Amino acid sequence: MVSEAQVWEALAEIPDPEIPVISLVDLGVIRAVAVENGSVRIEFTPTFLGCPALEVMRDAMAESVRALGAEPDVRVVLDDSWSTDKITPAGREKLRASGFAPPAPRSAGTATTLVELNSMAFRCPYCGSKETALENLFGPTPCRSVRYCNACRQPFEQFKTI
Amino acid sequence: MTTTSDLLLEIADDELILGWRDSEWTGIAPSLEEDVAFSSIAQNEIGHARALYELAARELGTDADALAFDRDPGEYRSAPLVERRRMDWAHTIARHFLYETADEIRLATLKESDNAEVAGLAAKMDREEQYHRLHARMWEERLRDEPRFRDAVHELWPFALGVLPPEQRATLAQHVGLDEVDAVERGQHSDELRELWEEMTIVRRSVPGATW
Repeated sequence: MVSEAQVWEALAEIPDPEIPVISLVDLGVIRAVAVENGSVRIEFTPTFLGCPALEVMRDAMAESVRALGAEPDVRVVLDDSWSTDKITPAGREKLRASGFAPPAPRSAGTATTLVELNSMAFRCPYCGSKETALENLFGPTPCRSVRYCNACRQPFEQFKTI
Repeated sequence: MTTTSDLLLEIADDELILGWRDSEWTGIAPSLEEDVAFSSIAQNEIGHARALYELAARELGTDADALAFDRDPGEYRSAPLVERRRMDWAHTIARHFLYETADEIRLATLKESDNAEVAGLAAKMDREEQYHRLHARMWEERLRDEPRFRDAVHELWPFALGVLPPEQRATLAQHVGLDEVDAVERGQHSDELRELWEEMTIVRRSVPGATW
């Protein structure tokens, strides 16, 4: 009989399909795991609603539950329970180490402003300088913005704060 | 009376059609950064449409793809504002600014819905929409004094009012700084919607049940 801990362990091995340095558990998208009579129910929320990796994540989770010898029941929950603050400290460090600036913490209850995005609060993941500028609010996937480091002249991707 | 699924379909259709229209800039926007921006915004809008269709589909006993692609063009509830084919940059930014301003008002109401699923989804959408609003306002500030942009805003203003139900229009007028006029209401579709529909449903109509 599979335990919840075993399921969490298996899920921690599944990489994010678009940023494979970080796992689904690091990303904080798995909201609940429950084991009942050989069936494993997993509730997860997508990071962004338009994320094309949704199906890939769902199938990967189902597959890893089957590998443990249990029947998967993966449910997509479309509520407001995920924010970038749910990314774990380990996950943030993995992002940084691979050249993605982790998201800035959400300021209490307020939306991000252009003034904030243009401020010196964002650190280059390559050289650590805060001399970075916003190039584009949008990037190659819904979760990323593009910034440029004026110190080491390196463009980099910034995880959007949502 | 407007039921929950009616309201969800209105918003879903707006987001789906606008997503298609925004993606018309992919590859040809005035700068690479705007190419990326409009493509990414399009992806978000279509993601929102999908989530809204899924909620509506549960109430209506169907599925999201059927709602998105199997209805006749006349059954869509999209606002005429979003149906217009890619316009010049001034009109594109005018529509973007007006739509995002209206959408913020609509989402704020939806976040207070008694239906917890609707309220939760609206709150999630709103997190993403913040970036659309930042982008739209950045451009509005840049173009605000350009006569061509101002003309585009005035031309599209009656269409923008039609995005919202009558009771929310005064708030939009206040946010945009224009007087309320007669709105171009939902339910009047142009030939442009039919042409888009022909394109976006062609695979589904050609090969029913196709998957990939």
